[in-house]
Amino acid sequence: MGQREGSDGPSDRSRRRSLQILLAGTAGLVAAPLVPIAFPEAQAHVHSAQGKKQRQWAMVIDLRKCDGCRKCTEACQTEHELPKSFEWIKVFEVKDKQGREYFMPRPCFQCESAPCLRVCPTGATFRDDEGVVLVDQVYKCIGCRMCMAACPYGARSFNYADPPTPAHPFVNPTPQHPVPQIKGTVGKCMFCVHRTEDGKLPACVEACGMEAIYIGDLVEDVATNGHETVRLSTFIRENDAFRYKEELGTAPRVYYIAGHGQLLDA
Amino acid sequence: MDARTRALYVERAVWPIGKGDRNFWLAVVVLSAMVAGGLYAWVYQLQRGLWVTGLNQKVSWGFYIINCVFFIGMSYGGAMTSAILRLTNAKWRAPLTRIAEATAVAALLVGAVYPIIDLGRPDRFLNVIRYAQVGSPIVWDVVAIGTYTIASFVFLYLPLIPDLAIAREALGSRTRILSPIYRVLALGWRGTPSQERALARGIGIMAVLIIPLAVSVHSVLAWLFAVTVRAEWHSTIFAPLFVLGAMFSGVAAVIIVVAALRRVYGLQPFITAKHFRYLSYLLVALGLAYVYFMISEYLTEGYVFEESTTPVLESLLTGAYAPAFWSFSIGGLVLPLVIAALPGRFPVARACVASALVIAGMWLKRFLIVVPGMANPIVPWDWGRYQPTWVEIAITAGSAAAIPLMLIVFFRFFPVMSVHELDEVEGVYEPPVPRVAPAFSGGD
Repeated sequence: MGQREGSDGPSDRSRRRSLQILLAGTAGLVAAPLVPIAFPEAQAHVHSAQGKKQRQWAMVIDLRKCDGCRKCTEACQTEHELPKSFEWIKVFEVKDKQGREYFMPRPCFQCESAPCLRVCPTGATFRDDEGVVLVDQVYKCIGCRMCMAACPYGARSFNYADPPTPAHPFVNPTPQHPVPQIKGTVGKCMFCVHRTEDGKLPACVEACGMEAIYIGDLVEDVATNGHETVRLSTFIRENDAFRYKEELGTAPRVYYIAGHGQLLDA
Repeated sequence: MDARTRALYVERAVWPIGKGDRNFWLAVVVLSAMVAGGLYAWVYQLQRGLWVTGLNQKVSWGFYIINCVFFIGMSYGGAMTSAILRLTNAKWRAPLTRIAEATAVAALLVGAVYPIIDLGRPDRFLNVIRYAQVGSPIVWDVVAIGTYTIASFVFLYLPLIPDLAIAREALGSRTRILSPIYRVLALGWRGTPSQERALARGIGIMAVLIIPLAVSVHSVLAWLFAVTVRAEWHSTIFAPLFVLGAMFSGVAAVIIVVAALRRVYGLQPFITAKHFRYLSYLLVALGLAYVYFMISEYLTEGYVFEESTTPVLESLLTGAYAPAFWSFSIGGLVLPLVIAALPGRFPVARACVASALVIAGMWLKRFLIVVPGMANPIVPWDWGRYQPTWVEIAITAGSAAAIPLMLIVFFRFFPVMSVHELDEVEGVYEPPVPRVAPAFSGGD
């Protein structure tokens, strides 16, 4: 009894209390940085609520129209002065389970829950106010290629070598206009934000002779392939558009319209 | 243990110090040449860029990431062996701990360089600290490897302190140059009871600490893969599998190093067949656990045969990577376990053969984790290919040579076996009982 009373004395109680505070504090310290990881959506909302009404870019690719000419890839390579092996928008030849063949251009999907963004150690990969995932090649990217391991769509390219000699040698690259690319860093499709800023269409949209690629804005709810303008939500709904590997939970901003009778999950 | 045996032990422990016989210099020259070759290849790569490697847009991680996991795993086994033997107070540990701890540091120093070799912009490496994003597994890696590096140095250094005094005494005139270095490093060690107590406590704490630290390092390395959405990497068993694989290959590495140094430095009277038998038991136990983990992983994957994991699993079992996979499973796992587990003659030779197979097999296993996972057509219409170039091979060979080089150089300056520890387990003096505050008695 005496022992127990002694152990409940003031010094012991305060020690226990300070231990509790210490533990809680430590837990808080450890947990605090995890909040943005655990709730990336919450942050995104805070972010977009701050600015004025903004565009939120999205893309629709009509697979019924694509004939696999790869003009989009070429236009992209010219626009960003990329070597021929770089396919920021890559046209896959797909044979579905029923043996039907079709083409599927794959740009970066600008995922709303982007795996590449989450794993980047330096924050070189970031999302701009309009929902486009960009890479800071100039200062931050260290070339660890963790993002390439993380991207489930293979949308990223690493600059193993220097890009071809630039056509405009005096332009300094920025995340919004990453031309020329920088050796040792990772690059990817960025929805041509340097063009859309000026009201121009992305290079691939403009180059597509089949008018298969639509660039759209989720806020204004419109999309255009440069020839016709559609109401984005209706267009997606009425054509049963799907998002590639949607089950991964990445929430891509690129929609596909299937049309050759192929299975929707490709 | 009588005084004569102890004298011989001390003599053998300090024998390599300051000795530059022909074999030593020959080894130094050969190993240095290999290391120089690796460094040349690295400089070649730094000047030109990563295109000189076999890496490409599909398979963007290759030899460097494999080697990082491989060498850090090896280090982990050394540290764990020593820590476990200390914590279980295994009496036979005395001649082994120093070698195990030194192997841990040497392998770690090599493994820790690999993430930097792998970077596209190594000049920006400090961005990981400057702009650190806590959500990134790369940042976890840097923190974990950094902490573990410090800890494994301390773990090597603490038990060395009392040995410095013993070595100085034993070496006599041979230490003219080393004496001042020893004095500085010994931190005024005189072997007083309070110093002994502090040291015992320090080593005890480190032995306990090094285990969670090493577990964390290898778990984080596993999460580098497991947090991605690539189906064959995105596995809950990855962290324990990596930890176990590290211990497995690490114990094999310790066996090889111990066997080599035993022969070179004439430690046979003290490191006997018994030691190799015990280490073999450890190897077999870890190997069996690894087999179990692997079966658990592949059975659950293969039974369901889910669409996302199918391509890689098929390529491993029957496809392009099947030769490597079955070489590893049989030659690197089953065969060495049989060789090491069977009772009978030549325990030392068998332990060495089994360990060599395990080391080669575990390298292959890391290859089979990294490369097929990368080459897997995640957009399901294009398999990647990976063919390493001479640059990657030269860097790999050079880094492997760096480990024995570091070890023989280290043991040219410091005793190869712990004398103080021997005194402790043999009871030459009373080991001080660390004062642990009684937990529930309300203090004193």
